[in-house]
Amino acid sequence: MATAAEVAAPRLQYVGSPPRGPITRLLEDERWLATCLMLPTVILLGMFIAHPFINGILLSVTDTKVGVPGHFVGLDNFVKIWHDDIFQVAVWNTCLYTFVTTVFKLALGLWLALLLNRHFRGKAFMRAFILLPFIIPTVLSTFAWKWMFDPTFSVLNWMLFHVGIIKTRINWLGDPTLAMASVIIVNVWRGVPFYAISLLAGLQTISPELHEAAAIDGAHAWARFRHITWPLLLPVTLVIVLFSVIQTFADFQLVYVLTGGGPANATQLFATYAYQLGIGTGLLSQGAAISLAIFPILLLVVIVQLVYIRKAETA
Amino acid sequence: MIEGASWRRWVFFYVPVTGFVVALLFPFYWMVITTIRPDKELYRPWNAANYTPFWTTNPTLEHIRALLTETLFSTWMLNTMFISLSATAISLFCGLLAGYALSRLKFPFAGSIGTGIFITYLVPQTLLFIPLSDIIRNFKLGDSPWALILTYPTFLIPFCTWLLMGYFKSIPKELEECARIDGATRWKAMIYIIFPVAIPGILSAGIFAFTLSWNEFIYALVFLSSPEQKTVPVGVTSELVRGDVFFWGELMAGALLGSIPVAFVYSFFVEYYVSGITGSVKG
Amino acid sequence: MARVLMRSLNKKYDEVPAVIDVNLEIHDREFVVLVGPSGCGKTTTLRMVAGLESITSGNISIDEKIINDLPPMDRDIAMVFQNYALYPHMSVYDNMAFGLKMRKFDTPEITRRVQEAAEILGIQELLKRKPRQLSGGQRQRVALGRAIVRHPQVFLFDEPLSNLDAKLRVQMRVELKKLHERLGTTAIYVTHDQVEAMTLGDRVVVMRDGRVQQVGDPMELYTNPANRFVAGFLGSPAMNFAGVRIVAQNGGLWAEREGIRIAVPKPIVPRLGAYAGKEVTFGVRPEDMRIAGAGDPQDLSFDAAVEVVERLGSEILLDVAVGSATMVAAVEPTVTAKVHEKLRLAVNPERLHFFDNATEAAI
Repeated sequence: MATAAEVAAPRLQYVGSPPRGPITRLLEDERWLATCLMLPTVILLGMFIAHPFINGILLSVTDTKVGVPGHFVGLDNFVKIWHDDIFQVAVWNTCLYTFVTTVFKLALGLWLALLLNRHFRGKAFMRAFILLPFIIPTVLSTFAWKWMFDPTFSVLNWMLFHVGIIKTRINWLGDPTLAMASVIIVNVWRGVPFYAISLLAGLQTISPELHEAAAIDGAHAWARFRHITWPLLLPVTLVIVLFSVIQTFADFQLVYVLTGGGPANATQLFATYAYQLGIGTGLLSQGAAISLAIFPILLLVVIVQLVYIRKAETA
Repeated sequence: MIEGASWRRWVFFYVPVTGFVVALLFPFYWMVITTIRPDKELYRPWNAANYTPFWTTNPTLEHIRALLTETLFSTWMLNTMFISLSATAISLFCGLLAGYALSRLKFPFAGSIGTGIFITYLVPQTLLFIPLSDIIRNFKLGDSPWALILTYPTFLIPFCTWLLMGYFKSIPKELEECARIDGATRWKAMIYIIFPVAIPGILSAGIFAFTLSWNEFIYALVFLSSPEQKTVPVGVTSELVRGDVFFWGELMAGALLGSIPVAFVYSFFVEYYVSGITGSVKG
Repeated sequence: MARVLMRSLNKKYDEVPAVIDVNLEIHDREFVVLVGPSGCGKTTTLRMVAGLESITSGNISIDEKIINDLPPMDRDIAMVFQNYALYPHMSVYDNMAFGLKMRKFDTPEITRRVQEAAEILGIQELLKRKPRQLSGGQRQRVALGRAIVRHPQVFLFDEPLSNLDAKLRVQMRVELKKLHERLGTTAIYVTHDQVEAMTLGDRVVVMRDGRVQQVGDPMELYTNPANRFVAGFLGSPAMNFAGVRIVAQNGGLWAEREGIRIAVPKPIVPRLGAYAGKEVTFGVRPEDMRIAGAGDPQDLSFDAAVEVVERLGSEILLDVAVGSATMVAAVEPTVTAKVHEKLRLAVNPERLHFFDNATEAAI
């Protein structure tokens, strides 16, 4: 038996290996290793997200313009944009745009997911092709739509005319109401695949035995959907909707290419207006204020959804 | 399952699915047709008598030729390729390390940092582009690909980290413990054991990051000004339109060719892409 | 000399103690089994020896060197995990060679050692395969091979047979024993299965709630358990327990309860003297009970009513009611007993156990 003195000796001796350098020993420590691993990410995100976010706030409370340093003006900018007609229209437009597109994307995406949730030949191909609208750069596919919407050369007009639905041309992008509709159509077109594939994945985690048991119990398709599929799909749905809402709310590319915000601000959104004001006319502070105005609404939406997600997961 | 009469199968399955496929893919078909359609056929009003939308009798490569020789399109392609690959590489690097640390190591503030990264994912680019353009100018990065290579990771890293965390969590911790007992340092265990096993996740994250980079628009629009520096989305939008005149042939050719690299990468790795989406949604 | 010493070892997770004051000496070449129910601290102790858990207080030394602060890679140990932990992206050969590569052995030496280990375990044809192509038993062998090639000072086993089916488990148990005879490396083996403990260990350490209950060779623990827990843990079917009152009468001691009146054997009387008039727990193993014959003394037997008869082939288990207590007796397969039959059971006076009700220690 070792004596107390022997055992209490503090000097370390390596049992069977060469001694190691200081860096190796440092990285063996869980905390130091974690710090080193997190460092690149934290630096990058700090420099290019946290830093500009704070700058954005600072910008919005000054009256900076391009080339002209600004002075502190408190909440002046926010007051200004609050009373700005165009801003109010942009807020309304963005909310309408987000709401309508989300509803349609969810409905159509869900339908498509339900259709695809079975075995058929060419299923893998189908999945691959269906995702294309989501993969291809938005700007590029939006140009295709713009071409399809062109008042003089629109193929859609041609099709609708020949099917007998219209007699004269539809001014897709020139008429204010139609312009919003067109923009919504393109956004839904782009988003349905994402919804469909994600919901399909969610559907595939629902064991078919549940449906079979319900069918034996006498439930028909709609009842099965309502009582089994939908509740089990809810958590996944909420997560998808959360991401989609955030992206749509801050959407820029689509509207910029299709209408530039017009006609007469009919499709002006937060992002396009911020761009127009900040970069277009150089009123940096006001542009920053508009951009920041997205944030509280976004935060509210995120919090509400996170609460729902938490509830759905623990229910 | 749709059992029963085959008419039901047709109505409830084949027709809707065909409808969806046609609606989703038609614009691409339109892109292709327009690209190969000669100008005089192109600019025919829709209500003219000889409007033949769905095919053309005189296919031409003129638009593609004009695109490649008379515009800076090839430069834009190279720019975008370079930027996307670099940004993807940086994001994967950061995402791998951060994802490993957050899912396998215990350290103070791990929870808050993880939540912080998740939150940055929710901050859209359209919120930051104005102050960020200032910062880019201050760092003298304006009008260079580096402005994008360093800023794209801001929305790529959170996603990569999250995706990879999901993968790491499914790897049993005994693998690392065994490696460490076998003689590996924590660092070596991470690189030789954990990373190779997570390769499917790395591929998913990489492909997703690549397509997201290629797709980015507003930062590229705001930070790049000279035509030689532009990326494909920005170049096509700003340089192929002269005044009010849209050169649709070249535009569609640009849209088509600009989509090809992404579609190409995607086609090889569809499974990975899909599991990327589903993994991030379920995680 | 790979002697493992644990001195006053303690482990707390945020104030919750998991391992309390463990003192163990494991001799060179010894195969020691840590056994106990889940949550008893045996795995935590093993992981502290491995370096996978930090030590709250106390010391662990291997080969007279304290290893508390050494990372696992420097402790010269090898571990076999419950789910084998084979590197899925590497072949069997690379799995086994990994540790050697990490320690910068040269290639010829690596090849030699891997071949040697593969031969011992009979897995030479599997060297090029990947883990997912192997069966459970084969994977276990590869895990063993990976540990062997390093020629470590100590082997650590974390319930390695739990994931195998019953038949394979018995087979592997025998092989492990043979392996230990052949290699002679010091080994610490953790399991919850008392059969593995009894058959594999040179010495067995029974743990419960973070503390060591008893250390000794298997038979010692079996015949002289230090407390009620050890007595009930080892042996299957488990020892029968019944609360009895010690009564002093006619110059001797009796253990009494409803339906039982047993004379306390002479050797035990001195120890039980202090308990006269008090309640203690009486224990007797099923195999130490038999049907009373003509020659059995009355004061070492009692009446019992048969409730269930379980025929195992090699023996018969009789579940009997003795007053308000139930017991299990293991008797010869030739016994004919029927349900509801009344018997007289005799106990072996050399195999009776008494336990203090308050401390649970053996008296």
